[in-house]
Amino acid sequence: MGIGWYLVVSAIIFCIGAVGVLTRPNPLVILLCLELMLNAANLALVAFSRMWGGPDGQIFALIVMVIAACEVTVGLGMIVAIYRRHLAIDVDELNELRG
Amino acid sequence: MSAVFFFIFAIIAIAGAFGVVMLRNPFYSVLALVCHLIALAALFLLLEAQFVAAAQVVVYAGAVMVLYVFVVAYVGGGDEPLHKPGGALRVLGPVFGLALVVELCIALLGTALRGVSTRGAHIVLGFGTPKQIGTQFLTTYLFPFEVASLLLLVAAIGAVVLARRRRGLEPIEERDPRLQPARPAYTGTLAEVAGLVAGGGTTPARERQEHPVLSPTGSRSDGEESR
Repeated sequence: MGIGWYLVVSAIIFCIGAVGVLTRPNPLVILLCLELMLNAANLALVAFSRMWGGPDGQIFALIVMVIAACEVTVGLGMIVAIYRRHLAIDVDELNELRG
Repeated sequence: MSAVFFFIFAIIAIAGAFGVVMLRNPFYSVLALVCHLIALAALFLLLEAQFVAAAQVVVYAGAVMVLYVFVVAYVGGGDEPLHKPGGALRVLGPVFGLALVVELCIALLGTALRGVSTRGAHIVLGFGTPKQIGTQFLTTYLFPFEVASLLLLVAAIGAVVLARRRRGLEPIEERDPRLQPARPAYTGTLAEVAGLVAGGGTTPARERQEHPVLSPTGSRSDGEESR
């Protein structure tokens, strides 16, 4: 299979994730959609790594996985803190910092 | 043969991604994401990235998703309406996503990278194995590796600080002091003797009446029990 096919799949997954971030009100699902977008980027990086025949893209993909794990940890910690304060788990309700 | 596997796993990955966005229950969204991640790991294997595929299954589908399942079970995400009334973003979001797909595909069709249409460069034996990745991490990419480990540490500490139980958040419940078990005078803990905590029979009743303090159990001490 050509590398272009992998890039098309990566683009489709990225856009699905972007639509989810824009439309879903639940912050848990928003974090899941961010994971989708990061994974789409990972797929593109690994595909380019295969295209050039070098390992650099795979290194980059592993670093992206580390960043994603950090983002998940902090994001889920914030959701647990929101839940402890008995606030609504809904990004439309949590607009105190809105300008 | 690789084309068959590619289409099978690409369709599973895209279906999983649709499931994450479309399913109403967050718990099912997490399960759809696990399905998506495993299909993506298979795509990584087709791209000769064995170590990344293994890390994807073990770290992502194994550890991170367990964290998600725990938090969804803790918060108790029930069914929610997929489309709430109002909000132009709910309508414009899918339009934006579709436009992004079209734009990226046009960019891919008009690319000057000739390698995109090939099956990839010739690769050496041992491409994408843990040995190669580890050698790269400890020689060329040592600094990003160390920064990533530091970032993980900071994120772990930050999550503990964010999610810990703070004092004073729970509403203090008024309790009838007459319902407290009666204690003889001049007995109590060291904290009560020092005057940090009200209660017991050690503090003079007059002083406690002037400075009513809250005990950690939430009962308001007004010197009732010593009178």
